[in-house]
Formats: sequence, C-alpha cells, structure tokens
Amino acid sequence: MKRIIGALPLLVFTALALGIPAIAMVAGAFDRGMGNLALTMQGGYLLALLNSVKLSAVVAVLGAILGTFLAQVVVRSRFREAVLTASGVLANFGGVPLAFFWVATLGNSGMISSLLGLPFGTLFSFWGLALVYLYFSIPLMVLAIAPALDGLKPQWREAAMNSGASAWHYWRYVALPVLTPGLLGGVVLLFGSAFAAYATAAAMGAGTVLPLITLKIAAALSGDVQTGYESVGLALALDMVVVAALVMVVYVPLQRRSTRWLQ
Amino acid sequence: MAAVTSRGAVRPGRWHVAVWALAALYFLVPLACSVWFTVYNSAQGLSLEPYTELLVTEGFTASLLLSLGLAAATIVLVLALMLPAMITVRLAAPGLRPVLEVVCTLPLVIPPIAFVSGFGKSLAVGNELLAPTPFWATLTAMRSTTFPLVLVFAYVILVLPFVYRALDAGLRTMDVRTLVEAARNLGASWPHVMFRVLIPNLRSALASAAFLSLALVLGEYTMASLLGYQPFAVWIVTISGSKGQMSVAASVLSLVLIWALLLSISGISRKRASK
Repeated sequence: MKRIIGALPLLVFTALALGIPAIAMVAGAFDRGMGNLALTMQGGYLLALLNSVKLSAVVAVLGAILGTFLAQVVVRSRFREAVLTASGVLANFGGVPLAFFWVATLGNSGMISSLLGLPFGTLFSFWGLALVYLYFSIPLMVLAIAPALDGLKPQWREAAMNSGASAWHYWRYVALPVLTPGLLGGVVLLFGSAFAAYATAAAMGAGTVLPLITLKIAAALSGDVQTGYESVGLALALDMVVVAALVMVVYVPLQRRSTRWLQ
Repeated sequence: MAAVTSRGAVRPGRWHVAVWALAALYFLVPLACSVWFTVYNSAQGLSLEPYTELLVTEGFTASLLLSLGLAAATIVLVLALMLPAMITVRLAAPGLRPVLEVVCTLPLVIPPIAFVSGFGKSLAVGNELLAPTPFWATLTAMRSTTFPLVLVFAYVILVLPFVYRALDAGLRTMDVRTLVEAARNLGASWPHVMFRVLIPNLRSALASAAFLSLALVLGEYTMASLLGYQPFAVWIVTISGSKGQMSVAASVLSLVLIWALLLSISGISRKRASK
C-alpha cells in the first residue's frame, strides 16, 4: 500500500471523475430495461448511427491515403516541424474554428461557393461534411504515420536498388509491407476520431441534411426536455462507446505491430 | 504505372511538388477565404474592424479569461496528480504501469460527447441525492458559472492522454532511480527531490504537457456547451449568429496563436535536446 501511495490520488480521481459518469451512463441507458437501446436501433436514431459510421469510414480511408502521401513529402522536408505542429493543431484543437473556416469558404454564402455557383446546402451534404472532416483527419494521419515513415531505413531502399529493384518494386515489396500495420492502424484511428467528432458538425449547424449520432445525443440531452429523452441520449452514448471500444480492440494490436520495425 | 516502373522516369521532385501544391490548396484556401471574409465587406470595403472590435465586444474578455482560468486550474491539477503517479510507477511500483497506461488511454476511447452525457447525468443525480445534506452547497459552488470546478475535473480527464505522453517522453530521457537515490543518500527530503532534482530535469516535458493542455482547454466546445458553460469556444459559436465576421476572426486568431505557441515550444525543446 505504501509503495503505491504516490499513484493513489490519480487513481482515486479517475475512479471518481470517470467511473461515476460511466456508471451513470450505463444505469441511465438501461433504466427501462432494453427499451432505450432498442429505441436507438430504429428509425431516425439508427439512420444517424449509420450516417456517422458511413461518414467516418469514408473519411478514414480517404484521410489515411491522402495523409500518407502528404506525410511522405513532409517528413524529409525543411518545413517538417512547422507542418507537424500545424497538423497537431488541426487534428486535436481544430473543432469549432475549422467549421467556421469551411462555412466562410463553401457555406451558403461562402466565397468559393458563390464563385462556383454551388447549390444551397452543398457543404452540409454527405460529401461536403466529408470534405470538412478530412481537414482534421488528414493532419491526424500525418501525425500517426510519420514515425513509421521515419522508420523506413534508407539502407533498405539502397539494398533493393542494388539488387535491381525499381522504385515500384521497392514500394510494393519492401516499404508497403512494413507500413501496412501502421496504415491500417491509421485508418482505425481516423475512424474513431471522425466518429466522435461533435464540435465541428455542431458549429457548422449541420444535421438538417445529414443527421449524425453525436448531434442526436446533444439534442436528446439538451433540446428535447420531454421525459425519457435523456435516457435515450445515454443509450446512444453507450452505442458510441461500444463502437469506440471495438475500434480500440482493432487498433492496439496494429499499433504494436507497426512499432516492431521502428527500433 | 508504366512511368514509375522504369527507374528514374519519374523524378521524386515532381510528385513532391504536386503533393505540396494540392495540400496547400486544400489547407490554405479555407484559411485565406476566412481571413478575406473577416477583413472585407461590401459596405465598407477593407477594414480590420472585426479584429480591433473583438476586445471591446461583450463576452470576449469574460469568456477568454474563463478559458484561461480553467486551463490554469486544469494544468495545476493534472500535473499534481500525474507527476507523483508516474514517478511512483518508475521507482516503487512498476507493476502498476499497465494500469496507469490503460487509465490514461481510456479518455481517447470514450468520445467526449458520451463522457459528458454520463457526467451531466451524474451531476444531476448528485444534486438530488445531496440536496438534504450540507454537501449540496459544495456541489453547487463547484457548478457555479463564474468558475465551474466540475468542468476542470472533466478537462483533467480529457487531457490525461496528452499529459501522459509528454511526461513519459520526458522521464525516458533521464535515469529517475539513480537521481532519486543519489539525492536521498545525500540527505535530501522528498519535496526537495521533487522540486530541486526531478522537476528541473523535466522542464521541457512539463512545458509541452502544459501547453498541450492549454490548447485543448481553449478549444474545447463539446463538454462546456452541453454542461451549459460559456468559455471561449462556446462564446465563438454563440456570437456566430449575430456577428459572423467576428466569430471567424476569433477562430483564425485562436488557431494561429495556438500553432505559434506549440511551434515555439517544440523549437525550444529541440534546441535543448541538441545541446
């Protein structure tokens, strides 16, 4: 007991500040048996959940591919530090500001949308929202994949070239297999972050065209004061935690494998 | 793929330039449009008014001060909890390390909106349960809108993963056990070891942990808005309806400032490392 006394305050604090809300969420979600959870699996709620999953999947795959190309260019450039820091800002702290950036650019009275004559509401459609979500997903991929790209030793490339391999052969048979766990891990990470994103969609005022589960939770918790809606919100939150936990179960082993080559 | 298979047919320079150009287009155009949107309107032409007016607009100083205060309290509390825990794990209880790692990754697994739903619910339940007891006044004080301590607790949970990673990186660069044993053998007390030996060695790790927390708290919207408080990010959204230009101006300013702040921190720590 005496040995762990220094760690005790932290453990007690998290048990209280994280544990109590978790219990409250689960208890609230089940306060009418399975009724709340059943409700979240039909109608508008199910649609929102599926929209969130679809949007996150598209953003994750596109973001991972584009982010890897960008990272490959960035890691060996002069601007490495500036770009990586900017990536950190957009990936972790962007939230509200980047929503306004896109509203000013492609929103209903945005500069580019009036230049191009885009129809009303383009930004709030599925692909519009995907474009906005990529604005924090691509930087997140740059951050996630940069260590793996740093780990590609120049000697491997030289060895491949000396053995007569072309650049294509090198990427296909040497670099890509080493990067694969990192790439898949990146896809999963991006999925999780897009799935959890609320601030951006809320600040844009999205949701009328494309309902998302995070917006539904917020509406159930604050807007709809009718009794019972709060527990539906908690049940939706529980759905989200289950999806996020599944994501983590896939992510952790991939992350372990991707660091194997980095020593 | 024909162009790529013959070695050297595509010089690496060319696709690098293409990627840079596309990335610049995608990331800088919205930023440029936002800046243009804030400085130009058809009535007055070019003017920097939204930026100068920010300072005197109602709510700006109050919300910014609230955010800074919340950030300061979060940083103090999270470091006070994390530093002893991480040092204990290194010195006395290595078996606890996986536990600490899981605890500090959990906040990444739980989406903030799910966390806040449970958090709000437990505050409401606590309010009812504690109503007949003297603790009710304490809880009410912790929920006050002038300085919501409950929000600080939530933010500490939120920043745990970032602080853990920053401190872990700092502790890796030094031999904690040898330093502590040497100091203790020379007769230093525990507080002395902590403040005169360990913390000075961790300066850059502490700085990066603090600034990451600051940036995270300044930009946090989800939890604050759903718990009904109005720090900076919530204020920006609140005024966006009536003062669109100003909310975009505040967005641009906050992101650029955070970026400059973090860049200078990473510059300082790299200079230290290369010495």
